[in-house]
Amino acid sequence: MRFVLILLAVVLAPLSVHAQGTPAAQILSENRALVERASRQTIGPVIEALAASGDPAAVTILDAWANRGLGLRAADGAFFLIAPAEGGWALTDLDGAPAGTAARAEIDQLRPNSGVRGLIATALVRFQLADPDPARRSAAMESIARDPSAEHLEPLRAALAQTPDPALARLERLLTLRFGATPEERVAAIDSFGADLGLDLRAALNPLVATRRLAIRGEAENLNIARNLVPGRDLTREEAYDLLVAQGDAPARLTLQAQRETLVGQIRDGQAAGIPVADLDSQEARDRAYTALEAQGAVPAAATEDEVTAALEAHRFAEVYAEPDRAVTEAASAALTRIGRTVGLMQAADLALDAASLASIYFLAAIGLAITFGVMRVINMAHGEFIMMGAYTGYVTQLWIADYTISILVALPLAFAVTFAAGVAMERLVIRHLYRRPLETLLATFGISIALQQLAKNIFGTQARPLTAPAWLDGALSFNDVVSISYIRIAIFVLALIFLGVFLIIMKRTRLGLEVRAVTQNPSMAASMGINPDRINMLTFGLGSGIAGVAGVAIGLFAKVTSELGQDYIVQSFMTVVVGGVGNIWGTLAGAAMIGGAQKGIEWLNPSNTLAAQTYMILLIIIFIQFRPRGIIALKGRAAGD
Amino acid sequence: MRQGFLSRNPSVLVFLLILALFTLGVTLLSHAYGSAFLSTSFIKTLGKTLCLCLVALAMDLVWGYAGILSLGHMAFFALGGYMIGMWLMYARTEEIVVQALANAPLPATPQEISNGVASQIFGVVGGAELPAVWTFAHSLPLQLALVVLVPGLLALAFGWLAFRSRVTGVYLSILTQAMTLALALHLFQNDSGLRGNNGLSGLQNIPGLGGVSQDRLSVWFFWASAAALALGYLLAAWLVSGKFGSVLRAIRDDEQRVRFLGYSVEGYKLFIFTFTAVVAAVAGALYYPQAGIINPAELAPIASIYLAVWVAIGGRGRLYGAVIGAAFVSLLSTWFTGGRAPDVNLGFATIQWVDWWQILLGLAFVLVTLLAPQGIGGLFDWAAGLRHPARRGAPLGPAEGALQEREATE
Amino acid sequence: MSALLEVSGVSVTFDGFRAINNLSFNIGAQELRAIIGPNGAGKTTFMDIVTGKTRPDEGSVTFGERSVSLLALSESRIAQEGIGRKFQRPTVFEDQTVFDNLMMALKKPRSPFSVLFFRPSGRDAARVEELAAEVGLGDHLARKSGELSHGQKQWLEIGMLLAQEPRLLLVDEPAAGMTLAEREHTTALLVEMAKTRAVVVVEHDMEFVRRLNCKVTVLHEGSVLAEGSLDHVTKNPAVIEVYLGRG
Repeated sequence: MRFVLILLAVVLAPLSVHAQGTPAAQILSENRALVERASRQTIGPVIEALAASGDPAAVTILDAWANRGLGLRAADGAFFLIAPAEGGWALTDLDGAPAGTAARAEIDQLRPNSGVRGLIATALVRFQLADPDPARRSAAMESIARDPSAEHLEPLRAALAQTPDPALARLERLLTLRFGATPEERVAAIDSFGADLGLDLRAALNPLVATRRLAIRGEAENLNIARNLVPGRDLTREEAYDLLVAQGDAPARLTLQAQRETLVGQIRDGQAAGIPVADLDSQEARDRAYTALEAQGAVPAAATEDEVTAALEAHRFAEVYAEPDRAVTEAASAALTRIGRTVGLMQAADLALDAASLASIYFLAAIGLAITFGVMRVINMAHGEFIMMGAYTGYVTQLWIADYTISILVALPLAFAVTFAAGVAMERLVIRHLYRRPLETLLATFGISIALQQLAKNIFGTQARPLTAPAWLDGALSFNDVVSISYIRIAIFVLALIFLGVFLIIMKRTRLGLEVRAVTQNPSMAASMGINPDRINMLTFGLGSGIAGVAGVAIGLFAKVTSELGQDYIVQSFMTVVVGGVGNIWGTLAGAAMIGGAQKGIEWLNPSNTLAAQTYMILLIIIFIQFRPRGIIALKGRAAGD
Repeated sequence: MRQGFLSRNPSVLVFLLILALFTLGVTLLSHAYGSAFLSTSFIKTLGKTLCLCLVALAMDLVWGYAGILSLGHMAFFALGGYMIGMWLMYARTEEIVVQALANAPLPATPQEISNGVASQIFGVVGGAELPAVWTFAHSLPLQLALVVLVPGLLALAFGWLAFRSRVTGVYLSILTQAMTLALALHLFQNDSGLRGNNGLSGLQNIPGLGGVSQDRLSVWFFWASAAALALGYLLAAWLVSGKFGSVLRAIRDDEQRVRFLGYSVEGYKLFIFTFTAVVAAVAGALYYPQAGIINPAELAPIASIYLAVWVAIGGRGRLYGAVIGAAFVSLLSTWFTGGRAPDVNLGFATIQWVDWWQILLGLAFVLVTLLAPQGIGGLFDWAAGLRHPARRGAPLGPAEGALQEREATE
Repeated sequence: MSALLEVSGVSVTFDGFRAINNLSFNIGAQELRAIIGPNGAGKTTFMDIVTGKTRPDEGSVTFGERSVSLLALSESRIAQEGIGRKFQRPTVFEDQTVFDNLMMALKKPRSPFSVLFFRPSGRDAARVEELAAEVGLGDHLARKSGELSHGQKQWLEIGMLLAQEPRLLLVDEPAAGMTLAEREHTTALLVEMAKTRAVVVVEHDMEFVRRLNCKVTVLHEGSVLAEGSLDHVTKNPAVIEVYLGRG
């Protein structure tokens, strides 16, 4: 009715005495009283009329109004867009023409309350949605998606009619499935998505299938029941009774706390209900005292077990959808199941990516060890410290070379050189004298390990040092909302592949590789063929250490560079080599894949706790060793025997 | 050939004598019973050192005699500490809770007390209920039994799995290290039921002995540690003096040959591994009430490696070597890291031992391994003019492989 | 004469290489037997199978009157059943005295607990001294066995085998590294031992085998090529071709 009146006013506007030029201005002046004391209940039609006026200035006016930029000249009741200026307000006519300035007292600034501002914002959305600028359009859509409501549906549809934007269409369907007028419309909207993986879709569907627990007495009227609950099976009796209490359908049970307080309140002359206080040191005694008080009528009767049973039997318990329409909830849960299946598949794919990336880290960390342990049968406990040394080399390089890309490219070979030298030095000074005494090598290299760790601590301090990846390694490659992998991890994966390739080429295609294999199999025979085993051992050890250094740079890119960096990887690296099978690069690869896969798998089963995952993983490895003591790819036969 | 046990092993008598004199000396210099020359905290340090000597003894049995380089014995040590710590913490907290509830208008029910204890102990990890592992924490005898049973059964299960599948040498070392790491990671979790990385604390307050000063308690624990060490030493000496020790050393030197003699190597290894785990646990149960606090960091694999370092520096394969190594290195370590060692001014730089001690230790360890495999104990041989034949003969013939010493190829 | 050890149809493969190929072998309770064969014929693998070190892929190995299958037993159980093995290279425990070495080998209960509470009786000590005297080490009981000469170590190991009182003795090249006099002593000892038990000797040295004067089994490529007296097998053309002919 009022709307008609306003329409009438609009039509009659030109006749109005105070009429200003534009339609928007006319609407405002027609409804001056309403606008001046705008309230959420009454102002709706005016805003609606403004929005529908087709006046190009309407948006500016509404916007200004919401932001306290609209003023009323007290003298003649004319509206102006106002902006603070020296000594008062700068005025702009509603059609955009400057209208001079005015003193503060001359203008009433309109201060709409939040309810009104909300109405204005809703009205504005339709303009923003129809805005030719895609950036403003998507900003408007984002604001709707953040806080979807039924009022947005109409403007959305209107905008969609003007601009056939797919993103708009998607948003419209998302809103329809929640706020559509008829169930059919909503079901159609739900079904139109299929097994779409979008987080926004899941966010829209989840409220539709949200349930709450209800205790129902007698016949249920118009309830969209998700499932019936049987006390004792689907929920405990305590939960069921608490539900009744919460709904006000049953008296509260006596808590131990309340019982104690009541008894304390009933103490008379050192006795409660005739029982000496000193005797109330067991639950039975307190129960007895309370029952006695109940019998005296001194305290309110608490629900007994029988009453609880009766109350529970008198009620039905159910999980009830908040959404009343059955067709909609069914369609929504069907859609969620569909999505759940697809998400499961995608998560498996994501897990596989994660596992592959973890495996490549372990592989990188372990490959150097596989060379020294596998080829030379030397346990190098300082391997972790070589990894750390590589990471610190990367850090120091970044101090000198500001460009991260160049510094990484310099750091990789530099780290190799540094740790190669360290490895060769260690081989010459220590390991050489301990060949054939593996346990003692383990201990001696451990001594070196603690010395190196402390040295790093003395030089670089205990706090973590940053090793920053170049910008082009930032971010992640994401396939959809579920599957994504960061570029650093891809880079590490590639690096691991490169190392595998380099190692295979060195071992199979070069003279060095041939000699290494010869020395591994029979040192004295190799020596009699003119190969110098000392030199080969030195080079092999250097190679293994150098690879550890390069792995250190890679690991430093995503982990904190501290003096304890190596310690975090050493046990896993040993496990990788042992599980994979000693003396075989493919074994190391298999070991890394297995450990990476197992760790991610366990994390997936128990996502809350990476510590637990690591614990179980180690247990898994210990059990695995039971079945294949020599690893996945084992040397068989007499060669392995002794 | 047949003489009494002590007359055949005069070193045991010498050791016990020295230990007794040391105990007497410390007692006479203590605050509680003597001239107050030694501070209470130093007596605690000495008592703890005796416990470390005991666990080193266990390590020497399993490594020096049986050749199993276990990197897990400090885990058993810490487990023993955890087991006794649970009772100490429970009983002590119960005392406090009972005291607090004594002022309440109604006397407390057992349920209220146990709830109070649970929320006191587990408040830090956001729990209010006693986990199942604390079922026996209220009872000292049960928890003392667990000190032996939990590490013992863990060692038994782990050892059975490992030895059964013939995991030996460095593989076994790595596997024990993995076991230690798994245990440490497990205890680091808040829901492990042992307060996560907070560990157990306040263990120096002995329930029921609230009136006894720490001065006295520290000496009592010192005595207990000395007695445990003496007993452990006697037991270990008896163990290795007879045929059993002979078989152990034979297993260390050539496991396969021992099998062909008809001894089940796995059974012996399992026995010595479990036995030493229990000894380590007992040492831990005495150590942690003196330390006052235990947390999962105590189980870190590195602790077990340090244990190996002590034994190696002291001289493995001889019991007094292990004790000397543990006492020497751990006391030296306390001295250096405690900031009491004077700085060395080199002119261009000052060496602060707090920072450089680890490096010194690491390098010293490398040197001992390289140059003096007998460790400090070797000095005794040298002094006595005894000559040991090298246990590892050189290769005995030109054919590589066939004539190598077995241990060397392992 | 019923067989003490019965090996039948045993095969074992290492990485595709058939070390033992359908081997069958019997030996009686008191018999001396020499096994000869070129390198790689499977002599050592054969001993490994009997002593439980290597598990065959197929076939059966039974021992004793009750025909106990050895395949299900561990090395130590097999040794307890009464099979002793002497390696080519003397393997004695060099860190321990001759007395300890012999005492360890003495036939006594082998379980950890019985060993733990074992204290040698006068009779045990006397038995050890007797054994030491028998192998010429009576004066060296208190010495570390690592200090002994190579030959003395060989003797010590033989003494340990005697102490074990095995019913079947597997001896791998016992004469290697011995002087002529020692060889003669060894031969006599082996022949003597074979009067009360079964003895299998693996040997390269034909002279030594001839002096043993016993039945000879020739192995080739993992199976028995010929069996009989030394003169009999040396006349066998197949044997001459694969073994004697070459060297």
